[in-house]
Amino acid sequence: MITFENVAYSYGGSELLSDVSLRLAPGSFHFLTGPSGSGKSTFLKLAYAELQPTSGRVTLFDRDVTALSRDDVARTRRRIGIVHQDCKFLDHMSLAANMTLPFTVSDRESDPQDLDELLGWVGLRHLADALPPQLSGGERQRAALARAVIVDPDVILADEPTGNVDWEMSLRILTLLVELNKMGKTILVATHDLNLIRQAKSQIQARVLRIAKHRVQLAGADL
Amino acid sequence: MKFPKAKPASPATRALEVVPPSGPTAWLTTFTAGAMTFLCVFALALSLASGRLADRWSEALARTATVRLSAPAEQVQIQTDAVLSVLATTPGIASFRAIDDAETRALLEPWFGPGLPVEALPIPRLFEVVEAEPGYDSEGLRQRLAAEAPGALLDDHTRWRRPLAEAAERLRLLGVLSIALIGATMAAMITLAARAALATNAEVIRVLRLVGAKDSYIARAFVRRFTLRTLAGATVGAAAGLAGVAALPAADAAGGFLTGLGFSGAGWFWPFVLPPLAALVAFLATRRAAFQKLRELT
Ligand SMILES: Nc1ncnc2c1ncn2[C@@H]1O[C@H](COP(=O)(O)OP(=O)(O)OP(=O)(O)O)[C@@H](O)[C@H]1O
Ligand SMILES: [Mg+2]
Repeated sequence: MITFENVAYSYGGSELLSDVSLRLAPGSFHFLTGPSGSGKSTFLKLAYAELQPTSGRVTLFDRDVTALSRDDVARTRRRIGIVHQDCKFLDHMSLAANMTLPFTVSDRESDPQDLDELLGWVGLRHLADALPPQLSGGERQRAALARAVIVDPDVILADEPTGNVDWEMSLRILTLLVELNKMGKTILVATHDLNLIRQAKSQIQARVLRIAKHRVQLAGADL
Repeated sequence: MKFPKAKPASPATRALEVVPPSGPTAWLTTFTAGAMTFLCVFALALSLASGRLADRWSEALARTATVRLSAPAEQVQIQTDAVLSVLATTPGIASFRAIDDAETRALLEPWFGPGLPVEALPIPRLFEVVEAEPGYDSEGLRQRLAAEAPGALLDDHTRWRRPLAEAAERLRLLGVLSIALIGATMAAMITLAARAALATNAEVIRVLRLVGAKDSYIARAFVRRFTLRTLAGATVGAAAGLAGVAALPAADAAGGFLTGLGFSGAGWFWPFVLPPLAALVAFLATRRAAFQKLRELT
């Protein structure tokens, strides 16, 4: 699905990530962890072609990202559900309209019944007509997750999906991610919440990638 | 659970909704389009009116002049021959002929009534001279006539109109140039407004790209909005301009320039072309600006 081959990235100064090689197999569940500022979000941006590697090769669905046109990138994004760290929405449109945005921008119509079902799944049915600024942090996180999965993507990349919610809500979001993985989706979650990772490992076979000294390594069972 | 399946077809207007309406710049575009179209209507009126004038005046020129010969009866034939030989040997004359008595009578009839005894009256003989391209030297011709046929007088009164016709032609060109400049200015202003709108909505654009929107989709939202605003503004501007032109005093029979500054005949068609034309300019300008700006933003 997504492969990194000797990838390095720098924002201009010294290399933030060096010599990263890994492969996200279909149906796998990965966590990506590391200290704040270590480059977790940067790694995800490389994985959804927002950034291009300064050296090495990133392949999305068997295509080199450097070979993708701007339109190709847009098309590829429709196969990847992205939960952004700061959960961006269009503040002037209702939650329901925001959820169906991935359909809207590809000139497709979404099924109202499916939308309703999805809102129910993340527990936001009663907020369908609310505007995003009126939502709480946890509600935003769940809404972002729902928007990421509405087009039935093959891969879900979530950046700190439990960033600003309490433990109970974190577990709820984790449950949603686990359910998605059980449906066959490839999942990569960036988080610094080790408790969450432990909790997940008790439910599902998840692997943990850790960023240390600019490298991404597979962490052992020492969590 | 199951997820929504993709379905075809969707109202195009939804592209408009994804970009929040932006108050002040919206009015700026509409106002600019209105004002520019208003000005354009006048430039158009000026251009069409001076065009008509140029046509009328250069038609009147028609490159003809008259030689009038008034001489004592016994001299008439001698001087007629002299005039004809002078005209025959003057370079720059395409053709010439003596106007015979019957024709002279026909010319004078409206003033003196029928049955005019032309032979008995001291009515001058007339010669029609058609100028060649390039024309003759009228001062030289005048002097030669004075020397060979003292009773002959060259009347090329229409010549003074030539610079006027040229000025009118120049004025028409200036009008056309003004229209082009107004159009270019409008395109520049709309480009700036569109770029500003895109910059203001950088965050919205980021979200749209995140969920897989192509540049063409994002551009569409802006292009539609700016095109519609321009169309609305230009329609009001054109209507106001037309009302202004219609309110000018009607062209009178004398056809003075200022009173003739309106639309006539097929000319009325042009002001109605302006709003769609302005919309087209807005469409192209916004589209270009949008694709450029989108490339800069991400
Ligand atoms: N656009 C940018 N330009 C320059 N430097 C950047 C840019 N984005 C991020 N950085 C820097 O790169 C480093 C890694 O940032 P990144 O957001 O990937 O970290 P992170 O691991 O996601 O951190 P956190 O856990 O706080 O979200 C940081 O030092 C950050 O300041
Ligand atoms: Mg981050």
